[in-house]
Amino acid sequence: MTDLAMRTLRNGQTVGLRDVPELTLSSFREAILEGTRGGARLACLCAASDLRLFAVLADDAGKQLRVAWTRLAEPKYPSLTPECPQAHLFERELAEQFGIIPDGHPWFKPVRFHLPWSDQPSPWGRDADSLPAVMDFFRVSGEEVHEVAVGPVHAGVIEPGHFRFQCHGETVFHLEIALGFQHRGIERALVGGPHPLSLKQAETASGDSSIAHAWAHCRLLESLAGVEVSPRADRVRGVALELERAANHVGDLGALSGDVGFLPTASFCGRIRGDWLNLSAEVCGSRLGRGWLKPGGLYQDLDPALATRLLPRLIRSWADTRDAVELLWGAASVMIRFEVAGRVDPIQAREIGLVGVAARACGVEQDVRWDHPFGPYGAHPISPSLAESGTVHSRAWIRWLELIESQRFLLEGLAELAGSDPDPRTGPLPPLAPDSLCVSMTEGWRGEVLHLALTDDRGRFSRYKIVDPSFHNWFGLALALRGEQISDFPLCNKSFNLSYCGHDL
Amino acid sequence: MIHILLSRWRQGHRTLPYPKEVPALPERFRGLPRIQAEKCPEGCQACAEACPTEAIELKPGGPSVNLGRCLFCPDCSDACPEGAIEYTGDHRLAASSREDLLVSPGHDHRRAQALSAELMRVLGRSLKLRVVSAGGCNGCEVDVNVLGTLAWDLGRLGIQFVASPRHADGLLVTGPVTGNMELALRKTYDAVPHPKIVIAVGACAIQGGPYFRQAEQLGGASNVLPVDLYIPGCPPHPLTILDGLLRLIGKVKEDDAFGTS
Repeated sequence: MTDLAMRTLRNGQTVGLRDVPELTLSSFREAILEGTRGGARLACLCAASDLRLFAVLADDAGKQLRVAWTRLAEPKYPSLTPECPQAHLFERELAEQFGIIPDGHPWFKPVRFHLPWSDQPSPWGRDADSLPAVMDFFRVSGEEVHEVAVGPVHAGVIEPGHFRFQCHGETVFHLEIALGFQHRGIERALVGGPHPLSLKQAETASGDSSIAHAWAHCRLLESLAGVEVSPRADRVRGVALELERAANHVGDLGALSGDVGFLPTASFCGRIRGDWLNLSAEVCGSRLGRGWLKPGGLYQDLDPALATRLLPRLIRSWADTRDAVELLWGAASVMIRFEVAGRVDPIQAREIGLVGVAARACGVEQDVRWDHPFGPYGAHPISPSLAESGTVHSRAWIRWLELIESQRFLLEGLAELAGSDPDPRTGPLPPLAPDSLCVSMTEGWRGEVLHLALTDDRGRFSRYKIVDPSFHNWFGLALALRGEQISDFPLCNKSFNLSYCGHDL
Repeated sequence: MIHILLSRWRQGHRTLPYPKEVPALPERFRGLPRIQAEKCPEGCQACAEACPTEAIELKPGGPSVNLGRCLFCPDCSDACPEGAIEYTGDHRLAASSREDLLVSPGHDHRRAQALSAELMRVLGRSLKLRVVSAGGCNGCEVDVNVLGTLAWDLGRLGIQFVASPRHADGLLVTGPVTGNMELALRKTYDAVPHPKIVIAVGACAIQGGPYFRQAEQLGGASNVLPVDLYIPGCPPHPLTILDGLLRLIGKVKEDDAFGTS
């Protein structure tokens, strides 16, 4: 059996559940293993409450998605992870959410430290009194080896997470990351929806990626409801997403320079990031893009007069950005730190399924805007920015290349919107298709955002799965720390700048 | 070096003059809601039905808005057929108690009061805060962090975020307080020396925000700790956060007409 048995799907396409092939467990496993051996990525592996497993493979080079499902006879199956490392966290999640045991998983630990949603027992014997991040951590023993534990509360305005470093002097042998402190139950909250809170929960899946998540959610609803969004609304959404990307990339470049003690860029970018956020606020009233996108279209249009007013501010923000960021590349003290720190091996990057900036920094050519175009990116393409070394420098450089592309897209977008009439107000969506499946992906500033929904016979969500790019990438940070000095952790961490809440959901 | 100096010259001096002047907020900024009950059609419930967080209650005198639940989204104002409920550009939203967060027709909420004289003596001129994110989406964290950038330069106003609870005069809490963060939040609070204060920033930290129905969270900081200041928003604008902090330490007074009114 080959993965040809899987159903081919476009990004954002709805299919009836009966048109998605049910595979036997062995064919299901073989389809995933063969697909990933052939270069596809495991974009999503999740379960529904009735012991069904769903897999989404992303064939980026072939620009298509493939989906299949299987029904387990018992809450147990042979783990994929030994042969397909990128399944490791998905399989731990299956176990935590539904008590389904991936037999033979080499790193079998909780993900978010909650009890199973089904009536299966916790695979780790956890109960209501069990504490988060209490688990069997990997330990290195030996003379002069010591352990450094950090968090959950960190020494800054940062989300919570627990980090354990196994160190030999300054050198980190191994870093293990335990998250779940931000777990507030989004996926469970979305079941039974869509309801009025669904969009608000999607917008806050990872609050600095509100547009990326809101857009994935809106496209999913629109596809399930059979509604086409106007090209103009898509263009505005593209502007929203690229403004979000620009603000965060500028902020990250500033923070990276702060972490190596290069203060000019750090100070300038702290402010310029706000200038980009304020451009979003001019359109939707919120610096983080809340209340901008709406299923079916937009809450707030970027009307021609506003687009005309924003253009000079965009040009000014870009000039300030370029002035501040270009200082970095000419500063030897910055480059010498960026170029040697936090390397992720490109082969390992593929094996563990890195996405987004972190993947492209390792030369993995992958960007949803290019591979699985959505909204305006078919007609107005943005090609993947690539670097090779997989170091902090590469991740910083990718952000710079993407900033250049984003400002180009924004300039063209605003110019076009300045010359086209606004859409009529967006009305409510018709009911969603029953017994269907839809996979909707966007490229947030960190990387691939995936929303998957199954609907029941009344067109309500029977399962809603969110995969934030951080879910794929946290393990990349752990790999980047191997053999590094522990004092470089802040720099390496910032170069990924992953989301805790996007992981914890 | 010359490039750095040239950039320094080009980038210029950008620290905001606040609180002497209030920076311009975007036209579409959604601040304090205004309710004009006389415009409400008979029996209309559109705003309350549209509100995703049950922030609007229909009373005999007209709808009232609980700012602590409000996400400041456009759902109610879009749903109202007569424009009876709309957002103003007033950023001054903070209050000292959850009861003070109620906006009803003709009545604004009661803005935050300054600390007691004794607390003011100890904390009023130098306030050090430890931030605990307890299930936040990083939205509130982002806009709290902004206050430390050179445009806002929070330190010049005597307020600073510190890296240890031992160095802090109080906690600034974001997020609805997830079950998984309860113990860490309590322990951090216990580690702050007396006297201490707690500030809840954002809809989640006040009453659970978009997650108020979820069993995975505890419905806000005040269900775990005594809270002295509530700053509404999803997330609150940095100016709203700063206004709340400065009211708490008496640097902005009740009648100070910063902003729109």
